[in-house]
Amino acid sequence: MSKQPGRGLESRKLVGELFTLTYGALVSQLIKDYDNDDEINKQLDKMGYNIGIRLVEDFMARSNVDKCQDFRETAEVLSKMAFKMYLNISPTIANWSPANDEFSFILDNNPLVEFVELPDDHPDLNYSNILCGAIRGALEMLQLEVETWFSKDVLKGDNITELRVKYIKRLTDALPAGED
Amino acid sequence: MEISKRSRITILDKPLSRGKQEVSLSAFSLLFSEMIQYSQNRVKSVAELQTKLSDFGYSVGSRLVDLLFVREKGGKREIKVLNILLFVKVNLWKALFGKEADKLEQASDDEKIYYIIEKEPIISTFICVPKDKGSLNCAAFAAGIVEAVLNSSNFPAKVSSHWHKGTTLMIKFDESVITRDKSLT
Repeated sequence: MSKQPGRGLESRKLVGELFTLTYGALVSQLIKDYDNDDEINKQLDKMGYNIGIRLVEDFMARSNVDKCQDFRETAEVLSKMAFKMYLNISPTIANWSPANDEFSFILDNNPLVEFVELPDDHPDLNYSNILCGAIRGALEMLQLEVETWFSKDVLKGDNITELRVKYIKRLTDALPAGED
Repeated sequence: MEISKRSRITILDKPLSRGKQEVSLSAFSLLFSEMIQYSQNRVKSVAELQTKLSDFGYSVGSRLVDLLFVREKGGKREIKVLNILLFVKVNLWKALFGKEADKLEQASDDEKIYYIIEKEPIISTFICVPKDKGSLNCAAFAAGIVEAVLNSSNFPAKVSSHWHKGTTLMIKFDESVITRDKSLT
């Protein structure tokens, strides 16, 4: 099957601050609506998942990438293409596990957290948790089940923000009929 | 240990960003969509949904107003109605949507009412309003932003979004604003 040329990596752009502040408005609404940080984290993850399963279509249409051969390539594509395309950042990939099934994104210029300080009464809030959901959702649509979580967060006083991604399994059952 | 962690560099110790970073419209649109769906599950009517979206906008606008006056006007605030409206049309719009608003008009029959008209608001690019919710205009979010900017600048006003020549934001100033403006000339 010959591939159509992708729509190109350049998509319409939008001012980053509008995105940042809009996300901030959403998180602060969740803080009003839910009692504890775990619930808020869960809700953000769910929203991210919903975004991820839709965003991946846009990504495939634009990027025209082939199937990744291994998990290392998946990490590269996520950082250099997906993060770059949508948030205009390229997180560093680090801390591979010996079995090559787990790695970290080190987020330096996370546009979500510009202007953000975590209030003292929300010590367990994973402010950028929507990213975990988005990665999980997008990879699930590509038959990759992963676990994602923040292991370190500058908003909580850590020196770096680290998003951990762990390979769980390939989802073979989910293949639609007619695809190989 | 906890305390030393918390007393790190605060946001006020860092230089103000120039705000040049960009993200993709797709990412924003999906985020906005999640926001709308989340709100929709918590309201009973289109009017309530518009209010929710406007509240989100208000939260954005009230955080943006100081930032913009510092960055674009050297900290100097506007005191005239026409100037603050131009600030919204030009500076605020450029800072948020990358362009000026299409039009600024005054109502012919009411000196308290002004309109900001945007033919195709960028935030509504991928939004298709369902038939049974025809009056819903998600630019209510933008209306909330404008309302926050005006109120925080001491120009109390109500701002609502309407389907008219594309999208029209109707700004209705408080009587006191107009009275004050006349005494300034």
